[in-house]
This record gives sequence, structure tokens and C-alpha cells, in this order.
Amino acid sequence: MTLGPPWKMESQRGAFGKALVELGRRNPDVVVVGADTTESIKTMDFAKAFPDRLFQVGIAEPNMMSIAAGLAAAGKIAFAATYSVFGSAHTYNVIRQNVAYTGLNVKIFCSHAGLTVGPDGATHQLNEDIGLMRGLPGMTVLVPADAPEAGRCVDVAAEIDGPVYCRFSRSNVPTVTSPEDPFGLGKARVMRDGSDVTLVGCGIMVAKCLEAADALAKAGVRARVINLSTVKPLDTATLDKAARETGAIVTAEEHTVVHGIGAAVAAAVAQDHPVPMAFVGVQDVFGESGEAEELLKKYGLTAEKIEEAAHRVLKLRGR
Amino acid sequence: MSEVTEEQIANLKKQATILRRHIIRMTHNVQSGHPGGSMSACDLVAALYFHVLRVDPANPTWPERDRFVLSKGHACPVWYAALAERGFFPVEELMTFRKIDSRLQGHPEVGTTPGVENAAGAEGQGLSFSVGLALASRIDHKAWRVYTIMGDGEQDVGQTWEAAMAGAKFGLDNLTAFVDRNGIQQEGRTEDIMPLEPLAEKWRAFNWHVLSIDGHDFRQILSAIEEAQRTKGRPTVIIARTVKGKGVSFMENKIKYHGAATSDEELKLALAELEVPP
Repeated sequence: MTLGPPWKMESQRGAFGKALVELGRRNPDVVVVGADTTESIKTMDFAKAFPDRLFQVGIAEPNMMSIAAGLAAAGKIAFAATYSVFGSAHTYNVIRQNVAYTGLNVKIFCSHAGLTVGPDGATHQLNEDIGLMRGLPGMTVLVPADAPEAGRCVDVAAEIDGPVYCRFSRSNVPTVTSPEDPFGLGKARVMRDGSDVTLVGCGIMVAKCLEAADALAKAGVRARVINLSTVKPLDTATLDKAARETGAIVTAEEHTVVHGIGAAVAAAVAQDHPVPMAFVGVQDVFGESGEAEELLKKYGLTAEKIEEAAHRVLKLRGR
Repeated sequence: MSEVTEEQIANLKKQATILRRHIIRMTHNVQSGHPGGSMSACDLVAALYFHVLRVDPANPTWPERDRFVLSKGHACPVWYAALAERGFFPVEELMTFRKIDSRLQGHPEVGTTPGVENAAGAEGQGLSFSVGLALASRIDHKAWRVYTIMGDGEQDVGQTWEAAMAGAKFGLDNLTAFVDRNGIQQEGRTEDIMPLEPLAEKWRAFNWHVLSIDGHDFRQILSAIEEAQRTKGRPTVIIARTVKGKGVSFMENKIKYHGAATSDEELKLALAELEVPP
């Protein structure tokens, strides 16, 4: 069931760290490589539980990634985990050659994605990783909507034979799903049904989509809300159906609109069911220091902007 | 050290000559590829594949095999030649190198070529990858070892030194790395492009066991590998002084042959010089 506001705010990092320990207990082949951020991203808990299975390599993310690849090549399920800017941007060609091209069981889990890193500023606010990673052949890309999903991504990633990239937030985020909810690889989940417009969100923007849907309902617009926690492989069936049945789509992501989920959804529906679309996200700019919510507001990643965008696409559709 | 007979040395020399002939013909055939660095590493590769490595050509993914990692991926002609001569795939297939639909890609690809353990081409990732392999062998209490050949150009890459620190931190005595010290990289002499010396001191400062040898002397190569196998508590790097283009007089020590194939005329001359001993 979809939970509504006021939401409980929970840590995705905490849920990730907890799920990783549980996975480690079930599967002795799970190992972790860390890069001087293990306490912050909660892989330290894994190190405490399994001191022989976490390898700390210091501030050396390319090394972290290739070491994880070597471990995976010898049969391990290797988690490489750090902040997204270091774990995906700084390491891109290492991931490309040693992980994706080689098709290895490396699970790249990156916290501190997007603007909500906050006061650390633009150097640490990576808004480009979804595009980078979904462009790699064979890479599975996961963006959990909340803390429970962050935990479930760990289990899903471990079950996939191949590379996985999972990104989530530094900030505590609204818990919009419950543990009983279905969650599967490659399945976009309809969180709320509606027939007038579809709001597709990922990560923290799923909660904003649900808020926007509430506001739209007051104006008599029935919005469908889709949680795109698997960005790749993309659930084109669910998206096509939404395009066909609602005739207008708004995407919302804490990521650049240049090559994020908006671009992915547009490319998918344009082929068979082109409909008016609008893209809420970071508009091809770098972020800055500030508190998470302040930044989301300043850069237009709000429920209000989604609501406006919905009215815009409805107008385009000629409703 | 265990005895290596004259006969074994003679056989290794013969194998190395056969590999060099393949390298020349493979790169000539497509008029591309990297013969120079393949030939400098040739004796190291021959020693490993025909004397040291425990591998099973009939079962390339045998879990207990030693792992060979070619970090300097552009030298893959020598790897493919060795794998073919060891029986991982038919020798005739070597002439498909770099051609469309071939299992022998221009740089190594995992999963397509039987016996290839790592993708390489973007330089400087192989030693880190090897650290991961060596860690896996150790935590599983396995006997298999990891042997990695780096280029000296790769000593420019920051990640090489990230890996060096990690190898020493984790005390990976099951990891043996080679630097194919031919002194030439794509655009010139290593000491002009980015000076590396004193290279052995650098590795010593990174807490590796360091050996310096003539990389074309099989007794020195085998002796160094044995010493690496006996060394406990830290990884060994063998800095092998080599000659780029080794084995063909007009190619030796020439920057050009880093990434240039021989002409038709040069092919004849080269093969004439690379006569396989009886």
C-alpha cells in the first residue's frame, strides 16, 4: 500500500547498511570494498560483522572498483560502495572496462546522489550518474524511492548475475512504501492509479509526485503515479500503458534532465505511444550549498513544479 | 631453486620464437595492432605459459587455475599466441585477430577468448584487478596465484600506485607483478614522456619485494618467479629490462613499432630473422 503524508523520514544509508549485513550473514561470498567513507555510508556495520570481508582501500575509488571486479571475477559478490560522485563519476572508465564490459558481479551502491547532499555543494552533488550508468551496456540501474526500497535493492542486486548501480540519498527521505509492497527488478510500480496524467518519479521525487497527485486531485485531475525504482531495464510495458491510458506524462528526478529518467521514459514511449511530456529535474546546471529542501525548491524539484508541469502537458494534449 | 634443464630453456626459447612469428604475422595481416610491446613481453609470457602457470586449456575456467592478467592490453597478440600454442583455441584462429566477428579482439575481452582473464586497453587497471583476484584466493584459502604484466607506460597511471599501496597493505604474497621495462611508450621514450626512474626504488618505497632482471633471460625470469613464490608477507614486482620489438633487428628499440605493423617487405625480413630452432 502507498503511504501518505506526513511521512516517516528514514535513512536510505541505514537501510542499505542493515540489509548488507543480513545478506552477508546469508551469503559468505558477499564482500565489500570501501574507500574512506565506510562509516558514513554504513558499510562499517558489515566490517564489524565480517572483518575479513571488507577491504578498505582509502581515497582510491578506481582501485576500489577494479579490486571489486577482481574479487567478482574469482566468484565473489562484490559491493563497491561510496558517495556517488566518487563511485560513479570519478570511476567511470574503470566501471566501463573492468565491470560492465567484463560483465562482472560488482554491485555499486552509491549514497549522496543528487542535490540533497546539501551544504557540501556542487562538487558533491552528482546529478549525472543515472545517465552515465544507464548508458553502459549490461548495467542494471536502481534508484530506491525510500529507505525500505534501499534495503530491498541490496537483495535484488545480489540475485542479479551481473553489474548493478544503485543510487540513493544522503538525507533522510520520506518512507512511501511498506515492506509488504511488491518490489521486483525491472518492474515500475503504479503507486496510485489515475487516468488523466501520469507522474513518473524515482528516488525522493516519488514522494513529491504523490504530493502533486494529491494537489491535482483537488483540481479534479486524476494522476497516476509510477515509482521507477528500476531505471534499467526499463519497464516499457507499464510506461506504454500509462501513455496510452492517460495520454500525458510528467517525469520527476533528482538528476539532470539531459539524460536521466525523463529521457529514458521519453525514448521508450515516443516509439509506440508518443504523448505530451514535461521534465522536472535539474535543468543542465550545477548545484550549490544549501539545505536539502532549500535546494530542491530553488532548483524546481518540488510537488508544485510537478503539478504545474501536469497542467502544462494536459493543455498540450488539448484537454 | 628447482633445477631448470638446458633442454627446458631451449624449449622456452623455441616457444618464444614461435610466439614472435605469430605476433608479426597477426599484426601484418590486419596492418594494425601493437607488435613492439608484444615482443618485449614475449619471453615473460612464454616463461609463464610454458613453465609456470597451472592452467588447463581444456577447461579455461578451471577454478583452481593460476590467474594471468595482462594489464598492458595492447600487447594481446602475445597473449593470444601463447593461448593458441597452449591449446586454448586453434592456432589458425590467430589470423582472425582484429577482424570482424573474431574471438580475438583488438584489446582483450573477457568471455570471448578462451583463457583471457581480464579486459584491458584503458591502461592502469590490471594491477588493481589482480589485487582483487589475489584477495579472493586468500580469503578462500586457495593455492592459486596471480601473475600480472604491466607496461612501463602504465607506471604513469595513478591507479597503478593505488594498487601498489593496496597490494602491500594486504600483504599479498600470492601476487607477482612484472613491469615490462622496454623504455618506450606510444609517443616516445618513457624518460622523456614522464620519467619513471628510479623505478625500483619507487616500488621498494611502496613496500613491495622488488627484483630487477633481464626480461629476455629465461633463467633470470624463472629464478625471479621462484623467489616471488617463496617471498612471504608482501607482493613481488619483477622489473624486467626488455627491448621493444625484441627479436627482429630493425624493430628493436624503435618507437614506431609500438603501434605499427610491418610492411610486406619487412614481414619477410622479420620472419627470416625469427627462425624456429630445431
